[in-house]
Amino acid sequence: MQTFDLVRASDRPAAIAAGAESATAQQGASVRFLAGGTTLIDLMKLGVERPERVVDINRLGLDEIRKAENGDLFVGATARNSDLAHHPLVRADYAALSQAILAGASTQLRNAATTAGNLLQRTRCMYFRDLASACNKRKPGSGCPAIAGANRMLAILGTSNACIANNPSDMAVAMLAYDAVVHVQGVAGGRQIPLADFYVLPGQRPDIETMLAPGELITHVTLPPPKTGERSVYLKLRDRASYEFALVSTAVAVTLADGKIANARFALGGVGARPWRVRKAEDVLRGSAPDERAFRNAADTCLDGARPQSHNGFKIELAKRCIVHAFKQVTS
Amino acid sequence: MAQPQAAITQIGQARARIDGPLKVTGTARFTSDHNLPGMLYAVPVGATIAKGRVTAIDIARARQMPGVRAIMKRGDFPPMSHITPNFVEPLMADETRPPFDDDVIRYYGQYVALAVADTFEQAKAAADAVTVSYAAETPNVDPHLAAENTKVVSERGDAEKAYAGAAVTLDAQYAIAPETHNPIETHATVANWDGDELTLYETSQAVVNHRNVLADMLGLPRHKVRVIAKFIGSGFGGKLWPWSQSPLAAAASIKLGQPVKLVLSRPMMFHAVGHRPRIEQRVRLGATRDGKLVSLQHDYVNTTSILDDYEENCGEATPHMYSVPNLRVTSGLAKRNIGTPTSMRGPGAVPGLFATESAMDELAVKLGMDPLQLHLLNEPRLDEGLGVPFSSRHLKECLTLGAEKFGWSNRDPHVGAMKRDGMILGWGMAACSWLAARLDCSVSVELRQDGTARVASASQDIGTGTYTVMAQMAAEMLGIAVERVEVEIGDTKLPPGAVSGGSMLTASLVAPTEEAIAAAGKALIARLVAGENTPFSGAEPQTLAFKQGRIMAKDAQTSMPFAAALQTLQIASISGQGTGQGTFGAQRPKLSSHSFGAHFVEVTWRPEIARLRASRVVSVFDAGRILNPLAARNQIEGAIVMGIGMALLEGTEYDAASGAPINANLADYVVATNADVPALDVHFVEYPDYNLNALGARGVGEIGLAGAAAALTNAVYHATGIRVRELPLKLEDLL
Repeated sequence: MQTFDLVRASDRPAAIAAGAESATAQQGASVRFLAGGTTLIDLMKLGVERPERVVDINRLGLDEIRKAENGDLFVGATARNSDLAHHPLVRADYAALSQAILAGASTQLRNAATTAGNLLQRTRCMYFRDLASACNKRKPGSGCPAIAGANRMLAILGTSNACIANNPSDMAVAMLAYDAVVHVQGVAGGRQIPLADFYVLPGQRPDIETMLAPGELITHVTLPPPKTGERSVYLKLRDRASYEFALVSTAVAVTLADGKIANARFALGGVGARPWRVRKAEDVLRGSAPDERAFRNAADTCLDGARPQSHNGFKIELAKRCIVHAFKQVTS
Repeated sequence: MAQPQAAITQIGQARARIDGPLKVTGTARFTSDHNLPGMLYAVPVGATIAKGRVTAIDIARARQMPGVRAIMKRGDFPPMSHITPNFVEPLMADETRPPFDDDVIRYYGQYVALAVADTFEQAKAAADAVTVSYAAETPNVDPHLAAENTKVVSERGDAEKAYAGAAVTLDAQYAIAPETHNPIETHATVANWDGDELTLYETSQAVVNHRNVLADMLGLPRHKVRVIAKFIGSGFGGKLWPWSQSPLAAAASIKLGQPVKLVLSRPMMFHAVGHRPRIEQRVRLGATRDGKLVSLQHDYVNTTSILDDYEENCGEATPHMYSVPNLRVTSGLAKRNIGTPTSMRGPGAVPGLFATESAMDELAVKLGMDPLQLHLLNEPRLDEGLGVPFSSRHLKECLTLGAEKFGWSNRDPHVGAMKRDGMILGWGMAACSWLAARLDCSVSVELRQDGTARVASASQDIGTGTYTVMAQMAAEMLGIAVERVEVEIGDTKLPPGAVSGGSMLTASLVAPTEEAIAAAGKALIARLVAGENTPFSGAEPQTLAFKQGRIMAKDAQTSMPFAAALQTLQIASISGQGTGQGTFGAQRPKLSSHSFGAHFVEVTWRPEIARLRASRVVSVFDAGRILNPLAARNQIEGAIVMGIGMALLEGTEYDAASGAPINANLADYVVATNADVPALDVHFVEYPDYNLNALGARGVGEIGLAGAAAALTNAVYHATGIRVRELPLKLEDLL
């Protein structure tokens, strides 16, 4: 680990001002915000993250979870994952979000990890985390050994010839299905970024992962009010029964009317360069009977354009089974 | 061998660990818990290529960093000696090349430099700042193995001819991914050179061997090296023999004149401290139509390192497992740019039985026969490999009891036919075997005036319960409570003990403990006879005996506990020492000594989401007399958990381009979690094996892992119709 300064931000403007001193908010940032630290500190020990200054934002009052006046669910940036998963509002109205969080990591990690930290967690690609390996995400232009190497766990959607890393989050998958919006504060004021637009695809610059600019601090995330009668579920498939990142996962939310699908929203985890959601796949379900054929149709559409690597072609079929099964579960 | 003495009080008791309170209160000091005055911290620099040559090591930046005391590399300390391994001395090392011996890189992570600093963090930062230049070549980590230098391990009859003429045959290939030992405690050394003697606090399963190897490597007289390993956070074989970090820490301490602590990181556990190698096996079985085996051919090859020939003895159990007149077992090696492999829990027999017990299941399917019946039908009367009787073989009892407890008779043999709660059930079984032997081992016993005793040996407790079992043994033989026995182990200043390996330590301790107690008793009798005013003054020593901790006249009622005798004599304590002879590796044994067992496993299979889980395990073992059922069950359960990992999860991945074990961490090298492990129903059929020792006890550290993976994959076949011949099973194999 490289020596760094640890400072505690006295208020939000101070944190933002400190963050703005970095030339980038992406890979290579010289200033990082510290919340739970479950990703950042690990990556600093590995030498993947080398901030000169770490700004502790744990005492900025960003840990609220409540119903906002407009009916949205307000989730503070530093609310702990455990608190969010077990919150009565979440358990009642956003079941897939609660399930997604509890399907990830371990109790100890969830007790420390935060909302914003979870959204910003980095890929688990083994080459990204190994300084001795080339990696275009760590060092653009250095190459991607994963393409010819160990890529069983990696992405099949949204990849480029420069990077096939996948986003590892469970929480973000559920939030994406629930149309979450990320609220950020920067030097020039605040802005709201739909989660669907928050992550950028790797292209030739896999080091750039989000829309965040230097100094922009995620203050909270909002989820629109639950749809009446909507049922949701999170299904995660992995090699072992707990404490492992997803091979494939899905968050599914469905509203039925007169025995037909009135509305469906779903997103995929484990398979995409970012949490994956395809509106067209949801559209094909609208108005159809909730049966295997319809679900399979939606799954096929969702996986359309998937690009398997040498060891993860099975993820296409596994993702489809995951989607179909989750829909069956939630509509039965 | 002598039959056991009268009253059994301590043996067979389910006793909690006597060292348990130390461990749960955090007061047990493991190797890395030792902090000495003036201690420095060392962090090795590992090669980031797997084949080639070091052309330059730039230490300029690292040397100037705060707290750095030295950056050591080749030439910075006197050359160390290579080790020529032999088991008798013992002088065992799997990686025989001393560190920094030349500038050739033969595997990824090979140590090329060592940073030493005042704090761990400073040493780590300095190690990261060392710049190494290489002339790199393309490494060979190819997982497809072609055997070099093959040899015949066991042969009888004409296996090829019998196979050619057999009515029913099976020819199948099996592979096992390299597995890495992942005890929670990583390897560590705290070296302290005081100018004359070297003390090593070490994560060692064999302190005497470790002392011998380190003394020889460093060119020190053996009596000037002391190795201490009081508590070990498990080893699984990875800590049997010394690895390069130990001489490196020692050399740094000698050079700098200060204690040096070196603790490996988790990734380093995948580099230079051994692993179970990748193994490919071919099994050919020939049988009559009614299932009698007529031919068995078992050919295997494992990867080894460039310099050392580590042979995974997969055929260990093959010659005695089944009755078959024609058999041929061959082994081979394939050299790769990977660190030297080493023993991993159940080396040889565990991977070997995965192949042979999978093949037996495949043959049963071909025959349309229940695999349990196939096993019973081919149960041998004697060890047909050695041509000698078994010391004690009760595999039949294990098979039948296991089948009964599991409900095997309710099995529908058709693939996918059994269902529960919307899931498909798979039922599989496998038999297993593991060697039973003793090693040379010395024990000393001190009897004290207050009625307590101390029993000591330079053996180790690697978390398996040796402290407790030693106390039970001594308490039993002395007729005192376990609480009155103090056990001291893990220190080469004690009488030379045995290796904690091969499930041999428990059996090895019985005779020397008995002999040491007898010697102490004899000494006590001599003093009582010679002393004035003792109840036995002037008696002929041969008229007296020492039994159950009491001195007694052979022809009278008079008897006296040792505490009273010592009080009468006004001496604080009296000691005795005993030495037991080993049987391991004997060339022409008169008996074939092994433990046996059977696993019955249920898996659940949900094809719609490709979810496979182990849901029920019943395992029965013939492991002689069980000295402590609690400790024994714990060993078996842990082994079955590893079996689940071996079958379903574990595998080290070497990157084809760099040769790096790329999943060198516990997130990417996946071991079983509690959620992967169902309730484990473990039974012992207790037939004491008095041929092995007077208590009839065998070790149980490894037998639980043998056969476990095959039972699981046999169950997978029953559920899915897919035969898994390569471990670990991958979910995509079942799609």
